[in-house]
Amino acid sequence: MLEPILKMSSVVKEFPGVKALDDAHLNIYPGRVMALLGENGAGKSTPMKVMTGIYEKDAGSLFYQGAETTFKGPKDSQERGVSIIHQELNLIPGLSIAENIFLGREPVSAFGRIDWQTMHTNAQTLLDMLNVDFLPETLVGQLSIGAQQMVEIAKALSFSSNVIVMDEPTDALTERETESLFAVIRQLRAEGKGIVYISHRLKEILEICDDATVMRDGRFIAEAPVSELTEDRIIEMMVGRSLQEQYPRLDTQSGEVVLDGQNLIAPGVNGVSLQLRAGEILGISGLMGAGRTELVKALYGANPITSGTVSVAGKAVKLATPAQGLQAGIVYISEDRKGDGLVVELGVRENMSLTSLQRFSSAIGIDRKQESIVVNDFIDRFNIKTPSAEQLIKNLSGGNQQKVAIAKGLMLNPKVLIVDEPTRGVDVGARKEIYQLMNEFKAKGMSIIMVSSDMPEVLGMSDRIVVMHDGKITGEFAHAEATQEKLMRCAVGHQIEAV
Amino acid sequence: MNQAQTTRKLTAAFSRENLLEYKSVIALLVFMVVVSFISPSFFSVDNLLNILRQSSVNAIIAVGMTFVILTSGIDLSVGSVLALTGALAATMLGLNQSLLVVVALTLAAGAVLGCISGWIIAKGRVQPFIATLATMTLLRGATMVYTDGRPISAFGGAYSSAFSTIGTGYFLGIPVPVYIMALVFALAWYVLNHTRLGRYVYALGGNESATRLSGINVDRIKLAVYGISGALSALAGIIVTSRLASAQPTAGTSYELDAIAAVVLGGTSLTGGKGRIMGTLVGVLIIGILNNALNLLNVSSYYQLIAKALVILLAVLVDTRSSK
Repeated sequence: MLEPILKMSSVVKEFPGVKALDDAHLNIYPGRVMALLGENGAGKSTPMKVMTGIYEKDAGSLFYQGAETTFKGPKDSQERGVSIIHQELNLIPGLSIAENIFLGREPVSAFGRIDWQTMHTNAQTLLDMLNVDFLPETLVGQLSIGAQQMVEIAKALSFSSNVIVMDEPTDALTERETESLFAVIRQLRAEGKGIVYISHRLKEILEICDDATVMRDGRFIAEAPVSELTEDRIIEMMVGRSLQEQYPRLDTQSGEVVLDGQNLIAPGVNGVSLQLRAGEILGISGLMGAGRTELVKALYGANPITSGTVSVAGKAVKLATPAQGLQAGIVYISEDRKGDGLVVELGVRENMSLTSLQRFSSAIGIDRKQESIVVNDFIDRFNIKTPSAEQLIKNLSGGNQQKVAIAKGLMLNPKVLIVDEPTRGVDVGARKEIYQLMNEFKAKGMSIIMVSSDMPEVLGMSDRIVVMHDGKITGEFAHAEATQEKLMRCAVGHQIEAV
Repeated sequence: MNQAQTTRKLTAAFSRENLLEYKSVIALLVFMVVVSFISPSFFSVDNLLNILRQSSVNAIIAVGMTFVILTSGIDLSVGSVLALTGALAATMLGLNQSLLVVVALTLAAGAVLGCISGWIIAKGRVQPFIATLATMTLLRGATMVYTDGRPISAFGGAYSSAFSTIGTGYFLGIPVPVYIMALVFALAWYVLNHTRLGRYVYALGGNESATRLSGINVDRIKLAVYGISGALSALAGIIVTSRLASAQPTAGTSYELDAIAAVVLGGTSLTGGKGRIMGTLVGVLIIGILNNALNLLNVSSYYQLIAKALVILLAVLVDTRSSK
């Protein structure tokens, strides 16, 4: 049996109101990729933060290279060979690739001047190792998220890391970038590094990982080689019950046209005509930068439409501000919860009611009681796991945060619900709940536009799919005829006429 | 509630998190105890009322400043608005305008002046620090020009004695400015905690893009908070002019610093979105008691500046460490 290079044993970590880790175990073996799977959001990132010393554990032990030890913080763990590549990348967009890699450890020459040549040469060596095509002087802010991730990996390599943890590495990547990442992971594995791959994407885990550790409710459930596991078995272990279907698509008859956009031109949108029918889920697929978020933000009023028309239920509408979009019955749920989706420092109640506060207010002020009643009703209906409606958003897991964001949109009873990356950073159990919610809305006649980079999700849940490339629609498919290959072909630019 | 639940609730109440949240109040209480030992005349009714009255001007300005800082902005122009609006009030008294007219127009003028800063910040997209630095200088200059560098008397008009009760009067043994301060805090508390504007202020300060994307007119909120700051500065200007029976061209100089200090001491974060109006009250009282205590101890006003700065630094250090 291979000795683990890093071992966490019986670790406990508590936060006010929540026991995030309760008897957690994790073994990381050199030269193998260990998947870390789990339903509750805090069950996967937390052990990593405990491991690198960002959080102090309340009980349990950590063994590294055979000896029991603790890491005093991310700098300490990094210097001793354990690196994490977080879900939210820790790069400084205004600095170059080389500057980011060597931040705080810049090679200096006489008089303390930065030795740019050495820094760039060293950075180039690392980039070559990873087959990254960019020059070390390139500003990180100009790179795609996939390329930025490569910079983070280069940084980890520059520390001669023995253990590299990747937290949801492919959530923001396209298929092509994911393949590049996998090639790099295989290379690192061949060099004897221990890799931890935290992800919700079971297909990827079965493809790239050697072993898997499953956590549930902060507790260790099982560790097994991936060769002995199937998708269904993993899901069963994660959720504690077997799931019938991952994508419970509801077959319905769609009604008349609810939203009609003609020849839309907006930032990132170069002439799009689009129709949405009542009671359907329209999936929008495409690579990053294709203009999907730009299109739906324009349909909501968040981005200005320079030319073209939009009508809702037959009536032409002006969509110059989000307020006008809301008035037209359109709601947009952002792809970036922390960026422009939720106010992280406020509580569940304040966030959920933010868009619909008029509903609870009179001349004197906000009717707190009514607000709480409605909010708690949504918490129950959507099964949002929170100790109360006053809990701060930042203390909720990704899946529950997303449910709050959806509830916020639903409070207005929209005709059109636009969800952008509805399950990004959301665990399997919550994903299914979100899909079921979408079906509920659909059955009640709501129309949903779903932008997603998750191909199986788009194929599994949509009634119709349009594919975008370079600000235009390159393909349109009904559910029955859509395949991954067809979507991919349109995503890279081939135009396919709709049937 | 059984024994175990009670114990848990008490332990939670005294938990590290809660103690840190109320650190300003605890500091204030500790402070008061220490001072009362050092100087026996501290705890007299007269002295305590004195402290409240002396803090009232800063308190009123600090309330406006709280609104602005909650939106992650700042208003450096409060002192200049105070001076200019005070001069307007004195002029109107000289023209024998009724008390109601003087107060209403002065407050309106303050609101308008505040909205100028707000407009530059919202529509002009200028950073609040720069924008209000500019309006601070501009309005101070305007005050100098308007007053010709000389005080304007608020004495002798038909309504001047009525006006002077605002700053110097007593009602039921308590100075009138204290009532005004209490009213302003009560209104501010209500607005911030029970109205849409208050909710939007916190949301805006917490995450401006999310608030904008939620369909809220962010520019209007910004205009509103700077307008409120301006109006409250004008109210402070009325009180100051009333107390001195004249509008001084240098009135309000450096008042913005005390206001900001009070807000920060009260636990409101300069990055916006977090903080309580009652925290500002605590901050105001800490500064007021500090000033009073140092006076009672006959400390020279130069050392008082240093003492005040050290207290503020200490408070901010504790705050930063506790929020890690």
